[in-house]
Amino acid sequence: MVTTARGRTTTPTPAAQAFDARRARRVAEQVPDPELPMLTLADLGVLRDVRMTEDGTVVASLTPTYSGCPAMAEMRADVAARLRAAGFERVEIRTVLSPPWTTDWITDSGRRKLTEHGIAPPGAAPRGPVALVLSPTRRTVPCPRCGSADTEETSRFAATSCKALWRCRACREPFEYVKEI
Amino acid sequence: MSDEHVYLSLAEGHEDDARWAYGTGFEDPLHGVDTTVPEGVDTGQLAAECVALADDALVSAQRLAEWTTRAPELEEEVALANIGLDLLGQARLLYSRVGQVDGTGRGEDAYAYFRDADDFRNVRLAELPGGDFAFSIVRLLVLSSWRLAHFERLADHPDPVLAAIAAKGVKELTYHRQYAAEWAVRLGDGTEESHRRMRRALEQVAPYFGELFTACDVRDEVAAVLRQVTEAAGLPMPVYRPLPGAGRSGEHTEHLAPLLTELQSVARALPEATW
Ligand SMILES: [Zn+2]
Repeated sequence: MVTTARGRTTTPTPAAQAFDARRARRVAEQVPDPELPMLTLADLGVLRDVRMTEDGTVVASLTPTYSGCPAMAEMRADVAARLRAAGFERVEIRTVLSPPWTTDWITDSGRRKLTEHGIAPPGAAPRGPVALVLSPTRRTVPCPRCGSADTEETSRFAATSCKALWRCRACREPFEYVKEI
Repeated sequence: MSDEHVYLSLAEGHEDDARWAYGTGFEDPLHGVDTTVPEGVDTGQLAAECVALADDALVSAQRLAEWTTRAPELEEEVALANIGLDLLGQARLLYSRVGQVDGTGRGEDAYAYFRDADDFRNVRLAELPGGDFAFSIVRLLVLSSWRLAHFERLADHPDPVLAAIAAKGVKELTYHRQYAAEWAVRLGDGTEESHRRMRRALEQVAPYFGELFTACDVRDEVAAVLRQVTEAAGLPMPVYRPLPGAGRSGEHTEHLAPLLTELQSVARALPEATW
């Protein structure tokens, strides 16, 4: 049911409903990530689904990046608030845990935006059990500023769980790197 | 809301939503997850399993957080805090699952803040006082290897929520184990003093190995990691001399109660508070 400008209540046509569903999806997709604000939730791949039920409720499904991600509550609240602000009165946010989020869910456009903001995007996420490797592994993370491959890790953990700290030996700049998980 | 800058948008007034991480309205980390327990799953057993795993994580997170402002380097402080945060997140999801399956409908806070030491089911290794950096690293190495092996199995659990929490945790624990193992090698293979402290730490944790394997026997996986690390570090394998008592039955060391007193003090002083 929708309320028209004149205040009459009508049953929407399937076309109007499909239009609303697409609009709801676009609204939800544009919500920025609280910790990587250059990315939208769609870029980050945490927005799993947006659909509209028959009674006109928008159901948006989100998945957490890390179990302890403190931004999860804010993401949920943001999506709900934006949808309501866009005129969707009935909004339901669902949490989806399976399949777990990996950095492979970050879209190509998300990866481009990270690089533009000086953050190195993740490589391919590991699949299956990861063995403990103690010999120094030479993995290359190109510097997002100058592109040099002459870089080194300074800390596996950074300001947020999802990032590591690296430094470029060519341009001498430190940079963050979204580590694959 | 200011899209341009997230911190500005945080500072703006909002009436309707959880602006802060543990704000109002969305406390439940399993919000909107299908809470059905599949037929054939024993809810009592499932609840007990989730409580034990959540207690391990909560108590470990608290010990890791004690390094904040005290770690040898800022990078290590950030690393230990991040590892603690991952574990805290796992604990929150697991406690929420307990409240759904044990029939009480309680939220995560009821388990974290309003149970006494006797009701906690964490392994005692998690509650031992922090000690020095070597001890924290050795404990983290043992607990993360153990939890990782256990979670890899739990990813096939018939309860889809526990299975999903475990599958997610596996990725995090892999990083925790890697971090601890690299430090263990660096310290074991470092100076005379760091080597001595690592030896001592291995002796200190060994008496608590036994109870790790009561519910889920992953001792081969843990032993393989310890062998790999001690060989690379030039350290002896610890000799297991079991101590009586078992955290899984609620028999704890004298160290758990003070840890909980601190952890629970604010919630108990202001039980009706919303954050
Ligand atoms: Zn560079």
